[in-house]
Amino acid sequence: MLLLNCPWCGPRDETEYHYGGQAHIPFPETAGDLTDEQWAEYVFYRDNPKGPFAERWVHSTGCRRWFNVVRDTVSYEVLAVYRLDEPRPEVPGLPGPDDLRQPADPAGGNR
Amino acid sequence: MTAAPLPEHPDWLWRTPDPRPSYDVVIVGAGGHGLATAYYLAKNHGITNVAVLEKGWLAGGNMARNTTIIRSNYLWDESAAIYEHALKLWERLPEELDYDFLFSQRGVLNLAHTLQDVREGVRRVNANRLNGVDAEWLDTDEVAKVCPIVNVSPGTRYPVLGGTYQPRAGIAKHDHVAWALARRADEMGVDLIQGCEVTGFVKDGDRVVGVETSRGRILAGRVGLAAAGHSSVLAELAGFRLPVQSHPLQALVSELHQPVHPTVVMSNHVHVYVSQAHKGELVMGAGVDTYNGYGQRGSFHVIEHQMAAAVELFPVFARAHVLRTWGGIVDVTPDASPVIGTTPVENLFVNCGWGTGGFKATPAAGWTFAHTIATGEPHPLNKPFALERFTTGALIDEHGAAAVAH
Ligand SMILES: Cc1cc2nc3c(=O)[nH]c(=O)nc-3n(C[C@H](O)[C@H](O)[C@H](O)COP(=O)(O)OP(=O)(O)OC[C@H]3O[C@@H](n4cnc5c(N)ncnc54)[C@H](O)[C@@H]3O)c2cc1C
Ligand SMILES: [Zn+2]
Repeated sequence: MLLLNCPWCGPRDETEYHYGGQAHIPFPETAGDLTDEQWAEYVFYRDNPKGPFAERWVHSTGCRRWFNVVRDTVSYEVLAVYRLDEPRPEVPGLPGPDDLRQPADPAGGNR
Repeated sequence: MTAAPLPEHPDWLWRTPDPRPSYDVVIVGAGGHGLATAYYLAKNHGITNVAVLEKGWLAGGNMARNTTIIRSNYLWDESAAIYEHALKLWERLPEELDYDFLFSQRGVLNLAHTLQDVREGVRRVNANRLNGVDAEWLDTDEVAKVCPIVNVSPGTRYPVLGGTYQPRAGIAKHDHVAWALARRADEMGVDLIQGCEVTGFVKDGDRVVGVETSRGRILAGRVGLAAAGHSSVLAELAGFRLPVQSHPLQALVSELHQPVHPTVVMSNHVHVYVSQAHKGELVMGAGVDTYNGYGQRGSFHVIEHQMAAAVELFPVFARAHVLRTWGGIVDVTPDASPVIGTTPVENLFVNCGWGTGGFKATPAAGWTFAHTIATGEPHPLNKPFALERFTTGALIDEHGAAAVAH
């Protein structure tokens, strides 16, 4: 079981939280102009790395707020926890914000 | 009912050749799907200059970790077609491979505990019948007749309101399935190479011409990925993305018991599935861990939930002991259906996204993937399961029939 440190409530068992998948996927800024391929990327394609991964969690049975976690998907070690209004901390092995994959990125947006 | 004796472990099954410098086809991953693909490449298409590369040991991935449930009662036409093709192949494979891997058509019950479960179940039974898949709707008393140890009392928290039943469904000895396929593929000339991890792809422009491995470079006319939980890691190395997420899925077994559980019982709502292995262990599974993971272990609270559900459904198991738990890494797609087809890289093909339910599909996955690799075109059965469906929106949404929460 994971022990996640809610930024507002402190460390709680995984069972208090719900998982929200990859973090930093902004809604497309130019939604009206997207091609089908770009919509597919936005809706269905997510990174799935073996190693550090920035992801969202919600403290559903506690304060019910969302926050971000960088977790290693092999060791399950929690490497960073940060609020949505905080920048993502530097974590070794995790691509920097500039390298974040933007394959069909017409959308711009802040990742 | 008596426990069937296990088949003898044969003395020899396959050669252990060193990799040759090049092959017509290289398959990545020697799970059930990779082995079935190699078998049908040789058998159906006469392509035998084939290597199956496995980073660990043969069939040591999800093939060795699954709960071995085989059924074809999926909702949509596309799924019914491919899973039913698999079931028909299962029915003849023991004879064809001359290997009794204890395919036991003891039936599968999918229980309904809410009015919505009942409606979904009845709808699926009707859809199955229209597709020629054997399926019955059983009321509560009929459930108790098929599986007398299920607690059908109305006093439980989630009473059993009925269930779908597929009599031709069942279980098989997974390891033996792999060995049976491996032996025949090997006999037809396929090289099965263990301890050989694919670490990169050799490309000529947009075309794949080989793989880099922990045992050196191997050239290939065509490459097929059958790496289950690691498909997106490989796709990334090859330069494209897959709409899959890898999740831990775990299972557990009890100590041995007398034969007492005659069928397979699955419950989507309280979330456990239980069968009794040939030797006598109770084999149980539940849902995936919600988070992405490659750790090959699962969360303890999932086990707690599944045990609570199992004990409520089967009070007779209340004093059974958990002997062993383990996890596998399954690759889940947004519509809970697999991807089998071409990729943006020429001559590179992918079979992935079977998530929590690909064991049952093993022969059909191999059949269709072999066809796709051999001809460069999908077989009619896997055409709908192309990557393009995430762009066209022609999804095959099987979350309901997948029966495992993910
Ligand atoms: C706990 C659990 C229970 C399940 N229960 C059922 C069930 O009851 N019924 C059902 O139908 N399905 C079930 N499944 C799902 C089923 O096991 C999978 O869908 C299916 O096994 C996937 O295909 P495969 O057999 O080829 O995968 P695997 O056996 O996982 O084969 C993939 C292989 O690729 C290898 N590989 C990965 N990367 C590389 C690389 N870079 N180089 C070389 N080799 C590589 C791996 O080592 C592995 O051996 C279950 C899965 C789990 C984990
Ligand atoms: Zn909180």
